[in-house]
Amino acid sequence: MTQAPRGPVHVTGEVLASKRVGAYWHLTLVAPGVPERFRPGTFVALSTGPGRIARRAMWIHRIKPTGGYGATIELVVEPVGPGTEWLVGLPVGARLEVTGPLGRPWAMPKESVSCVLVGEGYAAASLFPLAERLRERECAVTLVVAGADEAHLLSALEARRSARAVTVVTGDGSIGRHGAVADVIKEVLDQARAEVVYAAGPPATLHAVAAAAEQAGAWSQTALEAPMPCATGLCQGCAVPVVGEDGVGRMVRACTDGPVFRGDRVRWDDLEAPA
Amino acid sequence: MSVVLAVDLAGLTLPNPVLVASGCGGTGRELAGFGAFDGLGGFVTRSITVGARPGGDAPRIVETPSGLVNAVGMQNPGIDHFLATELPWLAQRQVPVFVSIVGRSLGEYAELARRLGRSPGVAGIEVNLSAPDAPGTQVFDVREPFHAASVVAAVSRDLPRGMPILAKIRSDVVRVVESARTVLDAGAGAVVVGNALPASMPDGRPGGLSGPAIRPLVLRCVTEVHAEVPEAQIVASGGIVDAHDVRAFLGAGATAVQVGTALLHDPITATRLVAELGEDR
Repeated sequence: MTQAPRGPVHVTGEVLASKRVGAYWHLTLVAPGVPERFRPGTFVALSTGPGRIARRAMWIHRIKPTGGYGATIELVVEPVGPGTEWLVGLPVGARLEVTGPLGRPWAMPKESVSCVLVGEGYAAASLFPLAERLRERECAVTLVVAGADEAHLLSALEARRSARAVTVVTGDGSIGRHGAVADVIKEVLDQARAEVVYAAGPPATLHAVAAAAEQAGAWSQTALEAPMPCATGLCQGCAVPVVGEDGVGRMVRACTDGPVFRGDRVRWDDLEAPA
Repeated sequence: MSVVLAVDLAGLTLPNPVLVASGCGGTGRELAGFGAFDGLGGFVTRSITVGARPGGDAPRIVETPSGLVNAVGMQNPGIDHFLATELPWLAQRQVPVFVSIVGRSLGEYAELARRLGRSPGVAGIEVNLSAPDAPGTQVFDVREPFHAASVVAAVSRDLPRGMPILAKIRSDVVRVVESARTVLDAGAGAVVVGNALPASMPDGRPGGLSGPAIRPLVLRCVTEVHAEVPEAQIVASGGIVDAHDVRAFLGAGATAVQVGTALLHDPITATRLVAELGEDR
């Protein structure tokens, strides 16, 4: 087996497709060098037009082989501000600067274990390629897909193909169970006899999952989302309070030291309520 | 044919006039991951303090038109950790390393100078005399040029003879000529003009504005310092993005430039600038 190339690249990408699904846009990009370096949990940083200096970090949702272009990356974008609105407005063929894949990926279990994957909103994007890899390792995969409403539920149909069991949770009860991840997580972990829990979503959700995992005696990994001005480890703008292996608290970078952290290493209270 | 880019700065010969600005190049390793470290004209570390600093609260950096406002709070691991874990890697490269220092007192500046001055791999010291939020970050307040001069003098006394000091002053058009003259008289080999400018975060906390938004201000400052203190060696820093910007600053009298915020947008900016400057025009 040949060694996969390592490290991120900074390239000019091209929009191959842009499709709206519910509240999100699925953006397919040609970004030479990125697909072969991808591992589930990594992300890309995008430039979003003149005058906007900060990058926009986006989870890589999947790698797709595409005839004539080599492999492409698919991102899930929720237009929430001028940068993301610029992104979803890009026509097919538009060019943009892409840096990636960035960040530490999800850590894979060495053995076949029972895994629960929890994704809320567009952050669930990084869990689908993870589910595939886990199934290749013969891990039992249980998915929890959550969102504010049906429009903010990512790929719930696909989830049913990727996992042994799927729980759908919406804030308004429009589909699946009514409530939040925190309301269902204990039950899901118990039913799955989870040994490893992976979670991506807002900090409050990650905190709830990490706490439930701790109680259930499972390892948890959480993918943190912080605004990342550079996303490459240069600026120290995306600080995350953690407790190190040595028991000492410190601030680390979500982009480079994360975005995936062990759930029991993050100082959630400091993260959610900065002084 | 390629062009010879080497420049003499404060008694050193740099391979080219493009340096990485303090606080925008991480530890250096992050740039190296993109192949964007070797070949630089120089690397300035983030500002190092005597003790570790955890940095400020979130959000630390926000976008503003053509710029960023930051309140990172000078997060750094402190001099001990820097010497043990970051400098050795930097020292093994061929890129001249300038360690940026900041202190809460003249005594701290002197201590930093003493320890760095005898560390292999340090080409020079950049003294940060222009933190955009000095009171909030509890660093020695250098609001008046004579304060800045006292810092430079203190650092100078504790450095080995011949180790250059770059004094990073504020690109405040009203005071910049006086500041430059004063720090040069106190022993600085060159002035860096300048830092992020004092600004406000959206929530009212003090921060620093950087990026192309401040470039015209910095160009004015460089022009004035060059006109009034023609013997001064100037390193221009503020909103440099492309080779045209570099040539504009060199044309205004700068000896070298520092690239900062642009690296956060595109980590290979400085490397690309070196290549572009080297192409025959």
